[in-house]
Amino acid sequence: MSDQKTFLLDGREIPFEPGQTVMQAALTAGVFIPHLCYHPEFRPHGSCKLCTVKINGRPATSCTMPAQAGMEVESDTAEIRDKRRALVQMLLVEGNHFCPSCEKSGHCKLQALGYALGVMTPHFTHFFPDRPVDASHPEVLLDFNRCILCELCIRASSEVDGKNVFALSGRGLKKHLIVNAESGRLADTDFQATDKAAQVCPVGVILAKRKGFAVPIGQRPFDASPISAQAERYKPVAPAPKKEA
Amino acid sequence: MNAPKRKLRVATTSLAGCFGCHMSFLDIDERILQLVELVEFDRSPITDIKHCGPCDLGIIEGGVCNAENVHVLREFRKNCKILVAMGACAVNGGLPAQRNHLDLRDILEEVYHTEPGLSGGGIPNDPELPLPLDKVHPIHEVVKVDYFLPGCPPPADAIWKFLTDLIAGRTPVMGHGLLHYD
Repeated sequence: MSDQKTFLLDGREIPFEPGQTVMQAALTAGVFIPHLCYHPEFRPHGSCKLCTVKINGRPATSCTMPAQAGMEVESDTAEIRDKRRALVQMLLVEGNHFCPSCEKSGHCKLQALGYALGVMTPHFTHFFPDRPVDASHPEVLLDFNRCILCELCIRASSEVDGKNVFALSGRGLKKHLIVNAESGRLADTDFQATDKAAQVCPVGVILAKRKGFAVPIGQRPFDASPISAQAERYKPVAPAPKKEA
Repeated sequence: MNAPKRKLRVATTSLAGCFGCHMSFLDIDERILQLVELVEFDRSPITDIKHCGPCDLGIIEGGVCNAENVHVLREFRKNCKILVAMGACAVNGGLPAQRNHLDLRDILEEVYHTEPGLSGGGIPNDPELPLPLDKVHPIHEVVKVDYFLPGCPPPADAIWKFLTDLIAGRTPVMGHGLLHYD
């Protein structure tokens, strides 16, 4: 008898190491749980709620919930899929998400989750917010229209790059991503295209200039197989070491 | 016993779209011969009929950007048992909706007065021209929509799968590769 601890995820036995979250154990076992603010290299954030599952009948975010032996987890059920679909739809109407003209199309997790969850329509009434882009930086474009407030760039900039380039400002519906500079412009910070914060955006906010549409349609990460079949891409890995300032 | 089934009557139109979805629809190629065994066309660019009569299925390409779009959309909703939003613009406003964060008067001023090209011609104000709306809307913000098929345009195979599912009485299910927002 092995003394490997396990829990049940949609009826499937998932082994886990002590200290792992439900999300980490599931992804390690090759089972995908939809998520946006989770990133394998960062501490869980629990804010996007896409990864909400039912644990012993109660809703919980799987990215923050420590795995425990014998727990029964429901994830891919009609009820939870409906809720996740509604979350994606709300994100789609809250920003300006025009996939045909977005460089991140085919690489975008929000879009990939829309496909995986069968989101055929944004359903709600669009906000069409006015969010000017910041093209001031020589190497990187910021298109705030697509921001979903996952805070990955904020976390990467402070925890890995040691720079604190990004932050959130405002509350409730007025919450938005800002650049920590007196002018508010990215060019007036020490941000570099090689920073971790430039690599982690799950949607099309932080884009390297002069590289758009480099990968042809058909060869992009989510063209060949749906994100739900790519659990191995998101397996937990050791966090990137903090750079010396 | 084997009385021929009545053909389904289908109307299509493009509102604030580019007719790309209609072109993609024509990309079903020879399958259109199978389709016309099952459907007949009412108002559509294919027939050039100007107004929509009672139909089983209405397919709308494009969003709603002017007063005429609203009238046409309402005519379709009134006459079609099932209304479908086809393509990115009908589903979320698409490219035309990218003017939504700008003031309409500023746009018209810039195009017809201050920028070179059309400047000096004046803002068009012919009674024949439908007035633009303040914002471009996806069609579900104006009428009830029964089905949505995203894509810019949806590929011909997606349109074929969608139509054949619908005609067979099934809820269309777009698998991986057929559901695209771009």
